[in-house]
Amino acid sequence: MTNPNQQGYTPYHNNFLKEVEQNVEDGTWVKMCMQCGVCAGSCPLGNAWEHTPQKIFMMIRAGKREEVLKSDSMWMCTSCYNCIARCPRKLPITHIMHGLAHYAHRLGLAPKGQPTREIAKLFWKNLVKTGRANELKFSLAMYFKDGFKQGIKNALGMQKVGIGLIKAKRLNPMEIFGGHKCKDKSGFQKMIAKAQEIENSKKTHIA
Amino acid sequence: MAEMKTAAYICSGCGLGDQLDIAQLSKIAQKEGKMALVRNHEFLCNPEGVQIIRDDIEKEAVTHICIAACSRRAKTEAFNFPEVAMSRANLREGVIWIIAQGNEHDEVRQEMANDYVRMGCAEIKKMKLPQGNPNHANNKRILVVGGGVTGLTAALAAAETGYEVVLVEKNNQLGGWAAKMWKRVPFKQPYAEPQETGLVELVAKVSSHSRITVYLNSTVAETSGAPGRFNIKVAQESGSVTTEEVGAIVQASGFSSYDINKLPELGGGKSTNVVDQAGLEALACKAMDTPLKRADGKEIKSVVFIQCAGQRNEANPDHLPYCSGHCCATSVKQAMYFKNANPDVNTVVLYTDLRMPGMGEDFYRSAQDKGVIFTKGKASRVDTAGDACKVVFRDLILDEDAVIDAELVVLATGQVPNAGVDLEAWNPLVTAAESGSEEGKQKKVEMQKISVLNLNYRQGPDVPQLKHGFNDSHFICFPYETRRTGIYAAGSVRRPMDMLQATEDATGAALKAIQAVENASIGRAAHPRSGDLSFPSVRLEGCTQCKRCTVECPFGAIDEDEKRFPVFNESRCRRCGTCMGACPVRVISFENYSVDTVGNQIKAVDMPDEFSERPRILILACENDAYPALDMAGLQHHVYSAFVRAIPVRCLGSVNTIWITDALNSGFDGVMMMGCKHGENYQCHFVKGSELANYRMSKIDDTLKQLGLETERVATYEVAITDNARVAKLINEYAAKINEIGMSPMKGFN
Repeated sequence: MTNPNQQGYTPYHNNFLKEVEQNVEDGTWVKMCMQCGVCAGSCPLGNAWEHTPQKIFMMIRAGKREEVLKSDSMWMCTSCYNCIARCPRKLPITHIMHGLAHYAHRLGLAPKGQPTREIAKLFWKNLVKTGRANELKFSLAMYFKDGFKQGIKNALGMQKVGIGLIKAKRLNPMEIFGGHKCKDKSGFQKMIAKAQEIENSKKTHIA
Repeated sequence: MAEMKTAAYICSGCGLGDQLDIAQLSKIAQKEGKMALVRNHEFLCNPEGVQIIRDDIEKEAVTHICIAACSRRAKTEAFNFPEVAMSRANLREGVIWIIAQGNEHDEVRQEMANDYVRMGCAEIKKMKLPQGNPNHANNKRILVVGGGVTGLTAALAAAETGYEVVLVEKNNQLGGWAAKMWKRVPFKQPYAEPQETGLVELVAKVSSHSRITVYLNSTVAETSGAPGRFNIKVAQESGSVTTEEVGAIVQASGFSSYDINKLPELGGGKSTNVVDQAGLEALACKAMDTPLKRADGKEIKSVVFIQCAGQRNEANPDHLPYCSGHCCATSVKQAMYFKNANPDVNTVVLYTDLRMPGMGEDFYRSAQDKGVIFTKGKASRVDTAGDACKVVFRDLILDEDAVIDAELVVLATGQVPNAGVDLEAWNPLVTAAESGSEEGKQKKVEMQKISVLNLNYRQGPDVPQLKHGFNDSHFICFPYETRRTGIYAAGSVRRPMDMLQATEDATGAALKAIQAVENASIGRAAHPRSGDLSFPSVRLEGCTQCKRCTVECPFGAIDEDEKRFPVFNESRCRRCGTCMGACPVRVISFENYSVDTVGNQIKAVDMPDEFSERPRILILACENDAYPALDMAGLQHHVYSAFVRAIPVRCLGSVNTIWITDALNSGFDGVMMMGCKHGENYQCHFVKGSELANYRMSKIDDTLKQLGLETERVATYEVAITDNARVAKLINEYAAKINEIGMSPMKGFN
């Protein structure tokens, strides 16, 4: 397969739109946007977005591949579903945003160090190990993601909350030793591996 | 007609009997109104009451009746006596419903009712039973000018209804623009794909119809006459002229496409790679369902549609200021031509506002689904230098300048109506030509060349234009009705539109034409006073040839003879009475509506003296909007001053200034004139009536000063039919003002 990152893109011609349709979850909906801007106005985090969903849809049609895929806009989505509920054209906007983020990640174009993306990566790593989310390990991984020194600082900063959670039996310190897991761990891991294989066979994957 | 025998009927139903002294009203009708017969009934509009009136007409030979009950707009089915002249004294909506309850108001209430009875009796004595237009003719054929979709549909609709049709088309084949189209915007479920035009079938139906005569290569060289008796000279290309008699005309002369050469900045006329929508239809017709090719034979892989090219541009006077309505849907359709033949073609529609009326939204969605890219942007330039055009534009969503490469650019130019001569430009030329200017005469001949109908009317060769050169008299309220009775505009000569709207227009105009010929054949008025049998008559001995009636008639009904006397074409008349209001020597009248019927009412009002503290205010209210608003004010029990006396008039345009001077001379303290909105976005049912009235009243100040009166004593108001609360407020404010100015010094002289 040719590397789409190295293809030429003509402004306002169909090529990037087609790439999105073929590779992005619910990407076939992008062309149906009628540019009313209700999604942009409805987004509670709208101010934090470099490009609103409305603009991202227009940029895709305008062939602005790099700008779209390297943008951190779609990583800002908190899945509140306001836009989906309000879109007069019934576009699954939230899903498209996650689809775009996922596609940019796979292509290696997603912004490095983007916090949402880092959390997602850590969470996935944490989850696939045992089939259960280990909250203690996940929190610690988060604290130490920017180095050991910063990690200690973060942990001390959260000390009170942590002790409170333990007292209220919302956090089990024993989880540090492996923690609970699903009944059939190896079966679960096989399942994940198979899913990954199917995914890889279907889609362009570079990173 | 037999001798006049009058009768008054006073109703005591609907609470009239409780609040008014009916015996006193009867006495007034008898003594002051001098009615030969006066009867009371407690429920006049029920069958028993109506039967009393009917018996009197039959057995007592009553010829003129005055019904003192509810408004003339109420119970019209019960009080329907076409064989006698009738006036109505409005005691319900006009008196008891607008005066506050309670005994303390008994006196003013009774005074008001007394006056309305006096006025009703005074009016009826000056009325005659309308006899119908004596100069009527009953040709029921219909001329359709133009053989496009509108003309064909109108012709077929009229013919299928049973009327004979003459169709005149200037080209050598029927079909107009539609004949040059590959497909049309869908008009049936699921509104997703371009559809067949169906034109071949339509043309075949019209061509073979036994009641339709088709003239190809022909134009209308002259139109004379009036509804029911139009005389048409059809000039054929060969030079021969045929005369056709018809009863009504449907003008479906369509549109011309805005000249693409006027858009050089968008590449118009500079390259064959830039076409207008008609140009693209030609390419599509050539390609059929295969991929479209340019004029140079190259298969088109990318195309940009530029919407609103030379349209919706108020800033540039050379461009069209309006939206042509159909172009967005047409571009969507044309983009589909490309996508359906080859889904890989890049199609971009560059729009500022995508307007898809009707079921167009479904069609738009279908195009998006096919991958047509819609971009909100404004094109500033098209470079045609290379093999591919470069469209330079501002992306209005991304807010940046951008360029698209396209092998073909389609400009969505608008519709320019084929409306003939613009009378605003024509009239100065007539004046110049009449004063002997050779240049004026020449220009006049030159201008008449574009005429569609070549009417030999005094007011010019075509129907007046409303806005931007479209032939209509009101886009919303009176579609198809031009300001020339019996001539109906339909299709894109009336307003910009697409094929589906043109089809609807055609049937609407055909029905109007049928209504006109049917009314004309029995001497009745066409809309808006449909069925009115009265008509204007003129006492020529008194005429001073001032030409005001011929100039001011909003419908061009009055011509002039060689001696400049007015020649009334009753069948062209809409019975508004504007001529009657205009006439300075008051020689024009209708049988049931004249200077005397209203003047007599004004004089019949009992006038309290200067020291009575009871002023009298005359209201002249347009019967179309203001009078219904007054009725509605009554219905909703909005209380207003009991010192007013309202008289309905056909249109403020029919108000003769003599009524105002008569009213002031006889002691009225003020006159309120209520008419429809005039000027831009006018609401006047007779188009120019309220405007003319306003103009005339602007000159009445001098008269008032001569009489030694304050100028506030005459006031004009614009009242809409919905203004029921406002009309009561206006009256009360005006009454307060009169109170402030003081009583008129003119009382007691008559």
